Amino acid sequence: MTPGRRFWGSAAGVAAFVLAVIAAAGMVVWLDLEPPERVQLRELLTAPRIGLLVLFFIALVGGIFGIVRRWFRRSVEPVRRLAEAVQLIAASNPEHRIALEGSEETRQVGAAVNALAQRRLELQRQVEQTVQAAKASVEAERNRLAALMAELQQSVLVCNREGRILLYNAAARALLARETEPGADGALVGLGRSVFGVIDRGLIQHALDSIEQQLERGAEAGAQFVTTTAAGGLLRVQAAPVLMPEPPEAAERKAPRAIAGFVLLLSDVTETVERDSKRVALMQALDESTRGAAANIRAAIENLIDYPDMGLPQRERFTGVIRDEAVRLSERLNAISRELSAQLQSQWPLEDMRGEDLIALACSRIDKRLALLTKLEEVDPQVWVKVDSFSVAQGLTYLAARLKEEFRIREVRFRLTRGERHGQLDMLWRGAPLSLETVFAWENDPFQMGGEASPLTWKQVVARHAGESWYRRDLPAQAAYFRLLLPLAAEARGVRAAGTGSRPEFYDFDLFELSAGNTALDERRLSELSFTVFDTETTGLDPSRGDEIIAIGAARIVNARLLSEETFEQLIDPRRPLSQASIAVHGITPERLVGQPTIEAVLPRLRRFVEDTVLVGHNAAFDMRFLQLKEAQTGVVFDQPVLDTLLLSALIHPNQESHSLEAIAQRLGVEIVDRHTALGDALVTAEVFLRMIPLLTAAGIETLGQARAAARRTFYARVSY
Amino acid sequence: MAKKVLIADDEPNIVLSLEFLMEQFGFEVRVAGNGQEALELVESFAPDLVLLDVMMPVKNGYEVCQHIKGAPSLHHIKVILLSAKGRDVEVAKGIEMGADAYVTKPFSTRDLAAKVRDMLGE
Repeated sequence: MTPGRRFWGSAAGVAAFVLAVIAAAGMVVWLDLEPPERVQLRELLTAPRIGLLVLFFIALVGGIFGIVRRWFRRSVEPVRRLAEAVQLIAASNPEHRIALEGSEETRQVGAAVNALAQRRLELQRQVEQTVQAAKASVEAERNRLAALMAELQQSVLVCNREGRILLYNAAARALLARETEPGADGALVGLGRSVFGVIDRGLIQHALDSIEQQLERGAEAGAQFVTTTAAGGLLRVQAAPVLMPEPPEAAERKAPRAIAGFVLLLSDVTETVERDSKRVALMQALDESTRGAAANIRAAIENLIDYPDMGLPQRERFTGVIRDEAVRLSERLNAISRELSAQLQSQWPLEDMRGEDLIALACSRIDKRLALLTKLEEVDPQVWVKVDSFSVAQGLTYLAARLKEEFRIREVRFRLTRGERHGQLDMLWRGAPLSLETVFAWENDPFQMGGEASPLTWKQVVARHAGESWYRRDLPAQAAYFRLLLPLAAEARGVRAAGTGSRPEFYDFDLFELSAGNTALDERRLSELSFTVFDTETTGLDPSRGDEIIAIGAARIVNARLLSEETFEQLIDPRRPLSQASIAVHGITPERLVGQPTIEAVLPRLRRFVEDTVLVGHNAAFDMRFLQLKEAQTGVVFDQPVLDTLLLSALIHPNQESHSLEAIAQRLGVEIVDRHTALGDALVTAEVFLRMIPLLTAAGIETLGQARAAARRTFYARVSY
Repeated sequence: MAKKVLIADDEPNIVLSLEFLMEQFGFEVRVAGNGQEALELVESFAPDLVLLDVMMPVKNGYEVCQHIKGAPSLHHIKVILLSAKGRDVEVAKGIEMGADAYVTKPFSTRDLAAKVRDMLGE
């Protein structure tokens, strides 16, 4: 029963009771009277005294209502608020304290509860400290894993059996963002999201099937496939199983262990495959053009030999054919070998490096090991090379060492320029010329300097790079140099974003336990669902009169954890002016919206971001109305279940006066930052929602279905936009 | 009556040799520079044998061969495919198209002449 109805019920009850007692007393007196006395009494009570009597009764009832109201105010309502506050302390915000109000006894109870809460808080902190200490080492292990994953150049995804991502690293996120949704920021890769959104389900399922077969045979399990991406690239995917922990009795039966999930290693093989197919095409072109020319030459020559009596004109025609074909053949061979030399790269793994950095590395090595002066001449900072930097630095140091030992050179200089197809790295010095024999020996002797020996030779270093090297004298400059040609590299693609300092939420191993898909959404527990908490900023309050969304912010909650790494934030050009009143609320000025995408471009991206989650908003009906009015225009439908923190708050705390986001945040102990930006509000709402989950559980609301049904019954649910 | 040979190839340098060679054996020779021309000459010239290059403009040798071997009025005409494509899959395709022989370039003119004479029963 609502508080209002309880009050009226109680007051009416007390009034009815008092009136009944008076009526009963009257009845007893009436029955005891003699007939003449009854006549007298009737005369006494009839008009005009009846008015007085009615007034007396009204005053009596009014008095009763007054007393009951005072009693409610002083005793019942404070106790009710006390009960809510106790629940709040018990379930969600242990730092909340009861306001002392109402009767003396209620105040005493309130004070006692506050003392108890304080004691509990202290105990809880002690327990937490102990738990924290115990967890620290586990956490350290996990963090090491996360750090390792984050730094790994190889792209890694770990998924549970249902394909939900429970670990990814930055490399995987960047690779898949680039390959599956050009222009986006990796929103499709996230904890709890389905991997099938980015890699074809059929291919992964096929890989898993073959892994299962291998496991049944007792073999080492693994599978790989190549898939094309939306951006037209090629991904090689290697899959390996993550097996369930082995139960002790299974070991005896030697049964294959069940698959708990799988690890995917991704690599972008677009370039490799392109290079390989180019190479194959070149070889084929070489084969066919050579065959054609050889056929023409051979047929002409054989005719000349077999029919020596042919006339001169005929003979000249055949020799003409032979000359033409030979010339054409050599031209084709030249063209093809030019192409091939670009293709012929060494099998040695080379890294892309700025030439300047390579020279700096060599200089520091030469300086440290040989105490030889190094200087830079012209060095082009734009030149990137593919290089095994260690062996090149080692080789240059070796050459410098021999120059120093055998020719008393005191200084070497470096120069780097861009050739047509190669980077030209020169090491120059002033001094006597080298004989060809010396150069030959230096190139072929294993590196040996200052007690350090390596089986590698300069010639091998050059071969590793499919490059070339030579010695020249630069007479005008009175200098000599070794020139090394290194393959050019494209300038490095956008380097990975640096870490944010705090631990990124790249993994959640509890997702292994999650068995999504088996139960209908409404029957799943709130604590294990994935949510997208969102908020919008708008030009005004009335979408049906043309008000538009100008900003959307959203954050994800997976397994009762707010993922601060996986957010959505977008300003939107509303194609209409902003009112001063709305600017005062959200602080977004019209200039900031110039050049932003329109709602038609943003909603499909938002739809993908919220895929497979339950939507949560504060006063969500307002935001949903804006989204629904765009359905016809954009074709994007948001048909997910929606939870509203405003309704949930009214459900948990029906006696609190305010359910504004600020008030709820304060009640639940959530710190407010960045209020009135879409993402800032979404994050506050998310924190608030997370703290509501235990309170809802305490109130017997555990599943999504229960939460939706209960919210619908609250008063605020009846307000519509 | 002299047997008739059609040479279909877009490379004048090989045509020169093949035409000379075939004439040495007393065959009546015509030359087509592409596949379409070859099909027209098959009808009008009615050759006993076609030396057919695979890579030709307009219509390639495979198509021409398929047409000849698919038509009841033409399929008695012997077809030798000449090609710079020497992979076994390409040879298999040529034979599948109905060619009587598949010769990869470069070839010996004596072997080719022997093969032609053999097919024409000379």
